[in-house]
Formats: sequence, structure tokens, C-alpha cells
Amino acid sequence: MNIKEILTRKEKDKLFLMGNEAAVRGALEAGVSVASTYPGTPSSEIGNVLSVLAEEAGMYFEFSVNEKVALEVAAAAAASGLRSFTFMKHVGLNVASDSLMSVAYTGVRGGMVILTADDPSMFSSQNEQDNRHYARLANLPLLEASSPQEVKDLMKYAYQLSEEFELPVILRTTTRVSHMRGVVELGPLKKAPTKGHFDKDPQRFVPVPESARVMHRNLVEKMAEIGVLSNNSSLNHPLSRGSQVGIITSGSAFNYVMDVVEEYNLPVNVLKITFSHPFPEKKVLEFMDNLEMVLVVEEVDPIMEKEVLAIVGKHHLDKTVHGKLDGTLPMIYEYSPDIVLGGVGRMMGLEMPPEDDKTSLGLPKRPATLCPGCPHRAAYFEVKKAAEELNITDVIFPTDIGCYTLGIERPYQTADYLLSMGSSIGTSCGFSKATDQTVVSFIGDSTFFHAGIPPLLNAVHNKANFVLVILDNRTTAMTGGQPHPGLPIDGMGLEAPEISIPAMVKACGVEMVETINPLNVRNSRESFKKALQYEGVAVVISQYPCMLIKGRKETGKNIVIDVQDDKCTNCDTCVLELTCPAIYTSEDGKIRIDPLMCRKCNVCVQTCPEKAIRAKRIDVEKGRNKQ
Amino acid sequence: MNPYNIYISGVGGQGIIKTSVIMGEAAMQSGLSVVVGEIHGMSQRGGVVSTQMKIGDSHSPLIEEGKTDLLLAFEPLEALRAMNMINEDSYVVVNTSTIYPFNIRQSEHPYPELSTMLDELESQAKKVIALDADGIAKGAGHILAMNMVMLGAAAAIPGFPVDKETIIKSMQDNLPEKSIPINLEAFEEGFKFCLQNL
Repeated sequence: MNIKEILTRKEKDKLFLMGNEAAVRGALEAGVSVASTYPGTPSSEIGNVLSVLAEEAGMYFEFSVNEKVALEVAAAAAASGLRSFTFMKHVGLNVASDSLMSVAYTGVRGGMVILTADDPSMFSSQNEQDNRHYARLANLPLLEASSPQEVKDLMKYAYQLSEEFELPVILRTTTRVSHMRGVVELGPLKKAPTKGHFDKDPQRFVPVPESARVMHRNLVEKMAEIGVLSNNSSLNHPLSRGSQVGIITSGSAFNYVMDVVEEYNLPVNVLKITFSHPFPEKKVLEFMDNLEMVLVVEEVDPIMEKEVLAIVGKHHLDKTVHGKLDGTLPMIYEYSPDIVLGGVGRMMGLEMPPEDDKTSLGLPKRPATLCPGCPHRAAYFEVKKAAEELNITDVIFPTDIGCYTLGIERPYQTADYLLSMGSSIGTSCGFSKATDQTVVSFIGDSTFFHAGIPPLLNAVHNKANFVLVILDNRTTAMTGGQPHPGLPIDGMGLEAPEISIPAMVKACGVEMVETINPLNVRNSRESFKKALQYEGVAVVISQYPCMLIKGRKETGKNIVIDVQDDKCTNCDTCVLELTCPAIYTSEDGKIRIDPLMCRKCNVCVQTCPEKAIRAKRIDVEKGRNKQ
Repeated sequence: MNPYNIYISGVGGQGIIKTSVIMGEAAMQSGLSVVVGEIHGMSQRGGVVSTQMKIGDSHSPLIEEGKTDLLLAFEPLEALRAMNMINEDSYVVVNTSTIYPFNIRQSEHPYPELSTMLDELESQAKKVIALDADGIAKGAGHILAMNMVMLGAAAAIPGFPVDKETIIKSMQDNLPEKSIPINLEAFEEGFKFCLQNL
């Protein structure tokens, strides 16, 4: 499938879409005019697809500097009468939460959908927080999708709901839905207006105490009305198998429940809850009417389970509720058909045979690592050598969110403390005040723009003392290479003003600023040494483009890097300290470099103590023949 | 009817997700229901990548342990890591080209011998097709066509629910035009190898 088919294919056509791609089609079918995000897995592909399609679709899309700004862009568009869409990974909503709380009060005019992609089991996140709590915290309607088809259909429904009640609607997916592919039947596209008009109404859009009090009352009243809707909604539908045992479930967990119920032909009734806040109390009461016991199956927190327990308590029902709270199901991590089957078995009092591992061989782990030729590897190697040469042994390395967090692995071990986006700099302020240890912190270019500037101002103003390394690889690498304000291109692929990181750092009041090319080992090490000896905040901007940037020029086309066996003493500096995936020890004990993996960054050539690794020019003709 | 379950495993960068998309679209074109589960993001950078596909009636893309009909392993260690997914009726197609974890020198466990790994797989599966997919791909014109060698071998497995022609059509819809001849040859070579070694 060509990605453009998401825009060009017609009603009734079927496409094989990822949940994230289906969200884009849903936005196009709903006539969304403005979309905004900060990239984050598992939501990233929504932005990647929109950045390709937005211009042709006649809508506006941006990669905002962070999620809070993204939500604010969408809120203003919706206040101006347009349909707007903002989406982010679960922790992104933490960043946006300050404005989320207020937009629930002010409400919207055009429809506004906030998609949160949660990450149970933390495939690519620092936590597995359950963002269904945000719907309760902000008091907003919540929809939960189970499949790509449902993501698309719920997008359209969410806009109707949002406009009917003039409130933003939260749509929750999880990794298994965002990254699930399935057959999606398309609906008709809707042309979106490009411009709206903001009609002023400060009593409605400016939450100062006097107006906010009114707004909160209005919100509570609206949500009571929406509660009637969720109780009657066909999105919350029971499947009866005439049983006295029932399962209440939502989202991805619904899929596991159905797979298990159908495969083993289990005699249980199932209530799928899709419109899950306000919680459909009446619907649940009806469902439980003939049941003796009910199992609540949900990812991650026992949110619905507590709602069901409250209903049982409120109505003095004599029914048992199983789930996470009584240990029938695990409290954490994503579920699977196996886990759900185990839970059903425990509820029914069945003895489940334990699964034995089929192999008793000890398997080596395969951790993710920095790519061959990654400029971060060189920077890590050099900063550690610089500290070593200055006899600085006790260094704290606060790190941040990005590929460079992989510095946690041996041998780099350049990731000692991490909280969230931008936390490397804020925590460095703390470490430099609380300890006498040397502090060297790392942050990426996109992360610096996202949340690094206020803590850097804080560091300078409060006279902190640390080295900040900005690992500027000219892209938002970990999430798949999206642009950011430091690049001359925007989210729709158009030319854009480029914000200079060195100028930004200087404007924050930093006096010691060095820009290095990390692939130049000796110069970089000297710059790091200077920075380490500086009293105050020193910033080293390590600038070299990510090896994965699309269309980048291949370096060293006529060069091959190899090892001269007569010079190599097997000191193993390259395999044990630099540890590039392209360098390995062959079966005969010799160091070898995989020519297919090698990106010819030359760092191993410069760092080999015996000068045994060389860059050799190869015959151009022969190179051609090889192609 | 129970779905046909395919578990694909390997290392980031081997073209596993592309292979799943081609298979999934081919299943859809054949009028079958299909769901695929995959993980992106941090796991890419040289780490383990796996996708799960169910062709037929299913809601979730996750396969129960031991319920895999076909394990398609792009790397032998990753075949072993997925062993809990197979049973004595499963087919296994495994690429014998090894990729050592980058920090194998610091690893608690050594990288197992290839023969040990294949013996282990054979002890648990109905049939193991072991092929040098990297070598076959190079022979077809480019190492990057390795995933199509694996796809070709999968298509030749008895009971595979999508026919060869529909897969080839899906390859043409999903691969860059100029790479098609090499990829088609890689696919055919994989298909042939599997048929001859069943």
C-alpha cells in the first residue's frame, strides 16, 4: 500500500491499516482542519502519515515543540470553530495536562479530539501510566478503541460527541491497538474548512476564578447529560451466552477476552465498554442482573473494576467482582490471551497447568543499541576519556529521552538518572547543588527544544555547575526522524525558519559554549576537557547528523575500514570500550569489521591505541563491479 | 474456525515489518480476515523484533503460547527465543545467518552453536526448514532481499493460507519498483528451497 491511499481511496474500499494510520483516515473522514503533535511512540505514525498527506488534504498539521503547545494549538483551532486533532503518547499528556485541565472548563466550539496512546508493558516508555485517569481528572468523555477499524470509526463519533456537548473528547489507544494492523473499511471523506473565526467570549474562554466557578458547574452538568448517553450507547454492548458468569472489558483486553471465549467456547457473558467515561452505571447494572460473578479485564489500572465495585456497593448487590484487586488478574503490564485464560481459570477455580520453557539453553540477551556510526557513541567514548585523562572518576550522568538513553548499556554507562523529557538539565541543577560530584548530562536536540530551555535558564541563574552535552543529530531520531525547530523544514515538509541551538544556549546566559563534530575524536576530547574544567554551566553541542536520516549522503563511498592483523594486539579497546555493532571478534579470535554494517565514521580508526584499524581506499572500478 | 498463526522474529532492520505487511495485505486480498501485531520504537536499534499474525477469525493479534502454526525466524537465536510459541505440529523456517548481540563479549550466556540451536528446534517442531537466506538473497542480487527469501519459503509451507500469486501481487504493491526483479528472484529461490527440503 502506498501511504497516500489513506487519502485517495474511496468509501467502501478496504485498506490494511495500522491503528495509527486508521486514526488519520478517521480525521480525514471527520473533516479535521488542524492537527498537532509532538512525536512519541506508540503514537508517532499518526504524525508521520499526516506530514505526508496534510497539504494535499487541505488541512494544517504541525509537529509542535512539545505536547502542551500541541494541545494549545488544537484548543485554539477548536475555539475558532474548526475541528482539531491532537495526539501524543501517554506521558505526553502529562506535559499537556496543565492546559488539558483548563480546556475541559472552557470547552470548544468545533470538535476537538485528544488521542492518548498508552504503552502497557512499556515497550518504548519510562512508565505505563493509565491515561484513563485523565478523563476522570479533567472530567471529560473517554472512548477506548480495540482495533484499527474502531479507531477510525470512533474518531468520527468523537467529533459528533465533542460538538454536541462542546467539550474535547479523549480517545485512548494502547500500543497493541496503535501498532495493530487490520482490515479497515473506509467511509466518505469530508472536506474541511481551512479557516475559522474566533468569536470573543471572555466569560467562556478566560478561566479566572469568577468565570471558572461557572465553567466547572457547567462541565459537571454536561457530564451528567453525557452519562445518560454512555448508558444508552450501542458502543457499550453486551454479548449474552446465557451464563451466570460475566466479563466486563475494554480496549485491547476485549480482544483477548473474545479470542479465549471463542476458542474454548467458554460459557460467559461479555460486556464490551467502549464509551467508558462517564462510566455506564445503568448498562453495567443491567448486565449484572442475572450474574453471580463478574470478572473485569482491563489494562493497566483497576479503574473499571473500582467503578463496578462501587455499583455493587451502592446497590447492595450480592455479587462477587474479580479482577486485579483480588489477584485474579495481574495488576501490571499488558495482557494477552494466555493471561486472560489464566484469570478466567482462577475465577472458575480451575487448576491451570504451568507452562514449561521449551528450551533449557541459556540465551544471550539482545539489547537495543546505538547504530553503527552513531555520533552519540563517539561522544560518549570521548567524554569518558576526557574525564579519565583529568583524573575525574566520580561522574554523574543525568540523561534524557531519546536514542542516547541507550547509553545505559555497558560499556557506555552514561545514563545514571532519568525522569522525563528535559529532566537531564533540571536534575543536573539539583545534583550540582546536592553533591560535590562532577555532573555531565546529556540531552538531544529535539528534547532540548521540548523541555530543555527553562531548566537551562534555571541552571545559569541559580549558578549551577555542570557540563551539558547537547547531542544534536539533526532529527527526532528515536521516534523515526521527525523535524524540530532546529531544522529548516516543518511538519508539512515546507521550508521553515531554523532556530540555532548555539544562539539559544548563549541567549540563556551560558558563557562557555563549544560546538564539536563528535567524529573528530581528538578535538572533541579537548573540548570536553575544557568544559569539565570550567566553573559554572558549560555546554558542548555535539553536532553530527543521525545515520538513519533518509536521503543522507553516504560517507566514505570508496573507503573500507579494516584491521591490520600484524598491528592488532587484541587489546580489545574497540570491542570492549567503543563497542560498535560493526566490530566483532571472529571465530579465530581476530578483530573484524563487518563491511555491510560499517558506516565509515572513522571513530575506531582514531581510537585504536595500536593504530591497527585503517581506512583503506578501494579501487573505484572494483567498487562498481561489486554493486 | 481457529486462525492460522504466524510468528515472525528476528533483529531490528531485517525487514520483518515489511514482510508482515506484504503477507497481511495478501491475506486481505484473498478475502480473509487478518490481524497483525507489531512493536516499533526502542526495540528497533539492533534489538529483538517480532510480529504476530493471525489469518482467519480472531480479535487480537497475540498468539497463545504453543499455538503457532508457522514460526518464521530471520535469525537462529531469535528462533530459539520464540520456542515457547511452537508445538510439535508447527513448521519452522529459520535463516541460519547469525547476528551476534553487540555486547556478546560481556554476555552471561555465550552465543549457542548453530547445530545446537537447530537440534533444539527440531526436537520441538514438526519440521524445521533451515536455510542460508542471507546467502540466497546475495545470490539473487542483494542481501536486503533476505526477507523475501523468507517470505518465499513461508509461502511453500503446507497449509499456508495465501497463494503464491497473491503474495507476489502484494510484493509489487509494497516494494520499490526498481527492487522488484531482485526481490522476486529472492522470493522464488526461497520458495524453491523450501519445497525441495520439505
